[in-house]
Amino acid sequence: MLDNQSTVNVLLKADRISKSFGSVPVLFSVNMEIHAGEVHSLIGENGAGKSTLMKILSGFHRPTSGRILLEGRDIQLPPNGGAEELGIVLIHQELNLAEQMTVEENIFLGRELTRRGVLDRLAMRTQVQSMLDAIGLGISPQDRISDLTIAEQQMVEIVKAVSRNARVLIMDEPTAVLTEAETKLFFQQVEALKKRGVAVIFVSHKLSEVKQISDRITVLRDGQWIATKPASELSPDAMAQMMVGRELSDLYPPLHEADVDADRVLEVTGLQAPGVHNVSFDLRKGEILGFSGLIGAGRTAVFEAICGLQPIHAGRVMFQGEEIRFPSVAAARDAGVAYLTKDRKAKGLLLDKQMGPNLTLFSLPKFQRRWGLDHAAEQSALERAVRRFDIRARDPMIKVGDMSGGNQQKLLIAKVMEAEPQVVIIDEPTRGIDVGTKQQVYHFIAALAAEGVSVVVISSEMPEVIGISHRVVVMREGAIMGVLTGDDINETEIMRHAAGLKQATAQPAAEAIQ
Amino acid sequence: MTDLAKERGPKGYRMSIDYKTAGPAIALFILCLIGYLLNPAFLSEGNLSNLLTRSAFIGIIAVGATFVITAGGIDLSVGSMAAAISGVMIIIMNASLDMMGAGFATVILGAGCSILLGIGAGWINGALTTKGKIEAFIVTLGTMGIYRSLVTYFADGGTLSLDFAIRGIYRPVYYGSFLGLPIPVWVFILVAALGWFLMNRTSFGRYCTAIGSNESVAKYSAIKVDRVKTLTYVIQGLCVSLATIIYVPRLGSASSSTGVLWELEAIAAVIIGGTVLKGGYGRIGGTILGALILTTIGNILNFTDLISNYLNGTMQGLIIIVAVWLQRGDWGKSRTKQPE
Repeated sequence: MLDNQSTVNVLLKADRISKSFGSVPVLFSVNMEIHAGEVHSLIGENGAGKSTLMKILSGFHRPTSGRILLEGRDIQLPPNGGAEELGIVLIHQELNLAEQMTVEENIFLGRELTRRGVLDRLAMRTQVQSMLDAIGLGISPQDRISDLTIAEQQMVEIVKAVSRNARVLIMDEPTAVLTEAETKLFFQQVEALKKRGVAVIFVSHKLSEVKQISDRITVLRDGQWIATKPASELSPDAMAQMMVGRELSDLYPPLHEADVDADRVLEVTGLQAPGVHNVSFDLRKGEILGFSGLIGAGRTAVFEAICGLQPIHAGRVMFQGEEIRFPSVAAARDAGVAYLTKDRKAKGLLLDKQMGPNLTLFSLPKFQRRWGLDHAAEQSALERAVRRFDIRARDPMIKVGDMSGGNQQKLLIAKVMEAEPQVVIIDEPTRGIDVGTKQQVYHFIAALAAEGVSVVVISSEMPEVIGISHRVVVMREGAIMGVLTGDDINETEIMRHAAGLKQATAQPAAEAIQ
Repeated sequence: MTDLAKERGPKGYRMSIDYKTAGPAIALFILCLIGYLLNPAFLSEGNLSNLLTRSAFIGIIAVGATFVITAGGIDLSVGSMAAAISGVMIIIMNASLDMMGAGFATVILGAGCSILLGIGAGWINGALTTKGKIEAFIVTLGTMGIYRSLVTYFADGGTLSLDFAIRGIYRPVYYGSFLGLPIPVWVFILVAALGWFLMNRTSFGRYCTAIGSNESVAKYSAIKVDRVKTLTYVIQGLCVSLATIIYVPRLGSASSSTGVLWELEAIAAVIIGGTVLKGGYGRIGGTILGALILTTIGNILNFTDLISNYLNGTMQGLIIIVAVWLQRGDWGKSRTKQPE
């Protein structure tokens, strides 16, 4: 990139962009240049202003001051996605595809080809097929969107954008929901787009991916432009430091030594449930037990079954020395077992409600008095939670859906902890949140364990599982492949178990129960 | 995430809430003003009492509908259910006349049966939607047809009439009054107060809102979704049975034309009141105003010859559409709405 500086073609340029919402400034005089044929990553903590900048660059927001230049010309981007006409396409995290329609119908949606007033299905199909072939996507134009994997849907969205002559593609955390293999495929497509001169703005919290795919990286912090550098000059650690503005050596908190004699709070033997085959493990008081494995390895299924969200076909669950089977989530909660979902937007929080009703929803019986709900107690619970979990909201009346991902996650943790569980299962504790908030979440988890709460951390991010767990259970295809302790907790060992290369060590899992 | 709230900021957000709360009240006030200007007798004690009594049926049913709709459901069967319950009630009271004579006991028996039938019918609707996993629209469309044809069958295509001996005893439940207010109005006030408390001050109300807002979140938040949803239909059934109990003495009969279109009026009252049709936000106070608004329109048309009384439905329809349009609260504003 650097050696052909003279021929660089600046497609889109943000020039001293500032933005305020009401009286709250969120961007301060930010500059960003996007060149044709580059992947330009935008990184920063949640609330750093990435989303706002992306929306300004795609016309969904209007800057309070500053200019946007398209190919050197000053331009007012049309609102509501009208910028697509100019070749600037924002691909949202939640995909914008009509689920019940086919790939070809989606790609030509709104500009269908017709012949004498009748849809020319054949022509559309041929065109879509050639587009799919061009990027090597093995799906048929007639597949229904709902039958595709998320990665394939994302690819369809990209094909759709490119078929509309997109020159700047802005992608908000496209890899957040992809498996490693899917991410690889996705990056191949991005490379292909680059060769065709499309500029890609890539937003991600996965810094190693950012390093891998980007040509240049722009860092934002607290709404300020910090730096734009070639990816080759930045290591993931350096990026994290620039994002947070401080050393991150203490990303993972120091763990208390695991007490091997502590009581076994939860013992599971031979659990059979949908997607779970003969799973046995135990959990001690004050322990952090990591659950690792590839996406779809059945980790979530194990705990959904234990917490009464899915039926248990066979097996024994002992909780605090007594055999128990929770018939409902409420029963599990009352006993002191709580599951914190990984899908905070669809299953965790009511996005159209404020923080208060969300916080107390899980533990509402606690606030029920003879004459109705105790609003004063709810209010003080909210104030307590905001302090304890450092939840930062622009306005206490804000809808939860308008809060940043990190604050949503903290609120979700606060919501579950409001029920004061003895065992808490946290599924993907840091999905889609920035490194600063991650650090806070890890410290919350460690503090809980130190208080004697037993924590299960289900995570697909290996450094996280390694950094925070006393022991790590590795699952594959619904079964436990091994339980790792001490020095065995490292990426190589976890990967070997997760990939099914090392099955023999499944034995220790059974031993641990005895 | 919508950009809407971000763009509007805290100020705009509160204003829109205020608007939603005050809107139906303002509309009712304006209607009353129009009524009075067209004919001062509109505000006479006799007319107001008549208006409130007539609102009671739809109002009571609409309180139940508020719970169903807030929890993301819908109940189309309430009108037919009212007809079927009044039919069965009349049959039971007439039949027990020989054994129990024409006394209070007979009326109490009829009312008791009505309540049991209402709860039972509501439970059937609820169980079919939750356990049977059939969409509420389909279930209640089905039961609507069933209940309607049952009353036609019981009446043999004609009219079921309450025995005159019982009619005399039962009459005060509709025509009587207590402390100057007709009995149906007292029942309406009681149901409304209980409904308001249940919706705004108890876990149950909060759970209805949560389920309507996002059922998965509710499920993961230890809410027994099926139980709460079924209960909303049971409450709806109970409300229908209460409305039926005060309705039967009015005409003393039931036929296939009893309670026709009540379901739509009840749903309209709920929506005019500001409850969101897709669930997640319910307002009992608004529902009551909605019921009053609907009745007031009919009353004004009866009272004046400005517009033909036959156009009552047209006026109600217009009011519903305008109410919902106003509630969107974004007229004149350019708005960007995109999931993030």
